[in-house]
Amino acid sequence: MVIYGVMILGLCMFLGTAVGLLLGKLLGIPGDIGGVGFAMLFLVFLTNWLKGKGMLPKPTEQGMLFWNAMYIPVVIAMASIQNVVAALNGGLVALLAGIVSVVVLFPLIRILSAMAGAATSSFGDEEADAPAGAQPKKA
Amino acid sequence: MDQTYAFLMELVKPRALIFSFVFVGALTWLCYQFSTKITRGRVHGSAVAIVVGLILAFVGGMLTNGKRGIADIPMFAGFALMGGAMLRDFCIIATAYGVRMEELKKAGLAGVLSLVVGTFVAFVVGVVIAYAFGYRGTVDLTTIGAGAVTFIVGPVTGSALGASSDIVALSIAAGVVKSIAVMILTPFLAKPFGLTNPAAAMVYGGLMGTTSGTAAGLAATDPRLVPYGALTATFYTGFGCLVCPSICYIIMRMIFG
Repeated sequence: MVIYGVMILGLCMFLGTAVGLLLGKLLGIPGDIGGVGFAMLFLVFLTNWLKGKGMLPKPTEQGMLFWNAMYIPVVIAMASIQNVVAALNGGLVALLAGIVSVVVLFPLIRILSAMAGAATSSFGDEEADAPAGAQPKKA
Repeated sequence: MDQTYAFLMELVKPRALIFSFVFVGALTWLCYQFSTKITRGRVHGSAVAIVVGLILAFVGGMLTNGKRGIADIPMFAGFALMGGAMLRDFCIIATAYGVRMEELKKAGLAGVLSLVVGTFVAFVVGVVIAYAFGYRGTVDLTTIGAGAVTFIVGPVTGSALGASSDIVALSIAAGVVKSIAVMILTPFLAKPFGLTNPAAAMVYGGLMGTTSGTAAGLAATDPRLVPYGALTATFYTGFGCLVCPSICYIIMRMIFG
């Protein structure tokens, strides 16, 4: 059932955020450290395990793929609720600090990703024009 | 006129989230048409949509003096839910479905390194620019530097160090500029700087950090990159909140007294 897929997503979100919040409390900072990241890792491990057991039927998968596909619309909505006026009113210091800190980092992508094995890195779905997050052929 | 507005509000207000789905759907269609017909596919449809979203946010902010862009206009209140952190994070997690585990393992160490490099470089850039503009107080410099990390790290650091509210506001503005810059620049800079595969996306997420910036930047570049970049980026703000008021501040005190 579709709701099982949505439930799995939700469970991973709560598990991951709980880890992130606890980590934050341990280190004494407000908010969570990487809650969403931990949730993503839980989802990768859990769905791979369920798949191996043959316990991930199509409808369950669809419950996850729907939210996966809603990602871009949600991001568009997110862009439209940013405090753009404050960003522009911050003056030259804010503009320069914000833009320069991005521009100087772009050249580092190639250097660090060479270390990360970019040469052999692939999505695993190059032969097919698969949608975002589609299950790789041999994961 | 007043009656029409009242009717529209009666229609839309109790269905605010659904209204935002319809509106974003129509906007997406228009932007994808613009992308294929006008730019001939050179600018990705979602990149166009994100820029239009930012323009809407600007209009909303100008009309209402609010902080939440278009969502402060009552008719568009549903945008706060649709584009808010809850659904955004839920969808980011959903993108991890189908991620290749071997890619995560391979790029793990470089991802962590990029997180450290990205945080400290952004901090230093923020401090240098603040210094160039005449800021001399150690707390002020540290807070503005933290703002160049993300718009959450800035105020967290500022309140931990007791910075004044105008400096905190400046650090938030710097962080918001950064996240918007990442949204707009990424689709244009991705190819020339090698952001075309999962490993590079993990490094990029760690270097840029801002969750909303990387989320939108990668969506506008190649949606398949999203989970890899988002994974490292989600650790960035927490890491920044950890090191900026502590290690960075201590180093700043050693330099500026």
